[in-house]
Amino acid sequence: MVSAPAVVEVRAVVGAVPDPELPVITIEDLGVLRDVRIGPDGRVVVEITPTYSGCPAMDVIRADVLARLTECGYQDAEVRLVLAPAWSTDWISDAGRAALREHGIAPPHPAGPVSLKLSVRCPLCGSPDTREVSRFGSTACKSLWTCRSCLEPFDHVKAL
Amino acid sequence: MSGEPGTWDGRADSATLEPPTEYVLALADDALVLAHRLGEWIASAPQLEEDVALANIGLDLLGQARSLLTYAGELEGAGRDEDDLAYLRDERDFRNLQIVERPNGDFGSTIARQLAFSAYQVELYGRLRSSDDPTLAAVAGKAIKEVAYHRDHATQWVLRLGDGTEESHRRMQAGLDEIWPYVAEIFDPWPVVDKLVGVGVDPTTLRDSWSKYLSAVLTEATLTMPEPTFHGRGGRRGLHTEAMGYLLAEMQHLNRAHPGATW
Repeated sequence: MVSAPAVVEVRAVVGAVPDPELPVITIEDLGVLRDVRIGPDGRVVVEITPTYSGCPAMDVIRADVLARLTECGYQDAEVRLVLAPAWSTDWISDAGRAALREHGIAPPHPAGPVSLKLSVRCPLCGSPDTREVSRFGSTACKSLWTCRSCLEPFDHVKAL
Repeated sequence: MSGEPGTWDGRADSATLEPPTEYVLALADDALVLAHRLGEWIASAPQLEEDVALANIGLDLLGQARSLLTYAGELEGAGRDEDDLAYLRDERDFRNLQIVERPNGDFGSTIARQLAFSAYQVELYGRLRSSDDPTLAAVAGKAIKEVAYHRDHATQWVLRLGDGTEESHRRMQAGLDEIWPYVAEIFDPWPVVDKLVGVGVDPTTLRDSWSKYLSAVLTEATLTMPEPTFHGRGGRRGLHTEAMGYLLAEMQHLNRAHPGATW
């Protein structure tokens, strides 16, 4: 029988792995880490879910998770990809949102229709007077914006 | 795509595929082939942001294709993985609709296809989300959010170009006229879905809602829905246009020249 504290400990180890495309945020805070289990035989099973179907970071995340587990003495481990339920930006934690903002990436607003009050704020000067430059950005999960107040361009994690 | 090369011995014949495999493989081929065409735009689009946009749309489609190809391989049970299915089948074994294999043409033509095809995918995945097959439902549940965004992107361009300058209007209309002979095939009756009640989606039932969306966009863009006299057909049975062989030659060359190559 595997103790509950062991699962908590392993989840903390796995959850601390940074996202390769948004290294300021962990896979736990991004909502990409779905589940961590330890079987009766001690085998660790980690479930991750892609942000977008074609997210090229999944293979790297898988490798990083396995490497981290090995370092911590969990050689017998497996990473599984799950698609359902589909990832939503609503799964990004408050800590994750704060980390994104701190590093100049505007976090997503809640998925679905939004009021003007919740318009994308410039992560650099906080102004709500911003403009979408391109609906697609440096990764599948981001779009490109610019601030009319401080004139800086910035990335925005699209609400999904 | 990465990983160990599969164990397929090359003898499987897609003519004998079971209906679920056939269906999943056809949807996978649509996404894979269009992803390839969109990739051809990288460094050639009218502006840098559009290089990024078309590449990202292609990446979403490639992701959908990988999930579907992997699942088709599992359903078939012959040991073929996503790479075997993408790189080691010949033209007649590809089940994609002809519209996705057509050469890109100019930007107007590409956007015309994006509008027509993404609007169809929104209808398709919207219904497939409640498929009795949990894997198909899961793939569709993710893909629906992506293709809705693709449809939005195409819609914005069609409005901007159609209701833009005289020249942009002319070229957007020409783009529609060029791709429209291949639109009807999307909604042709497809016998394989008759054997997949509750699992697959009958494409003939998607045409009305698709038409409604397209008509609204084209009207607002001051464009005319073409009425082509030619109706391309045969993609679902492995019959393709001349462009398909060239596309596969480019897509498959590296893997065939260096089997199992990874980097």
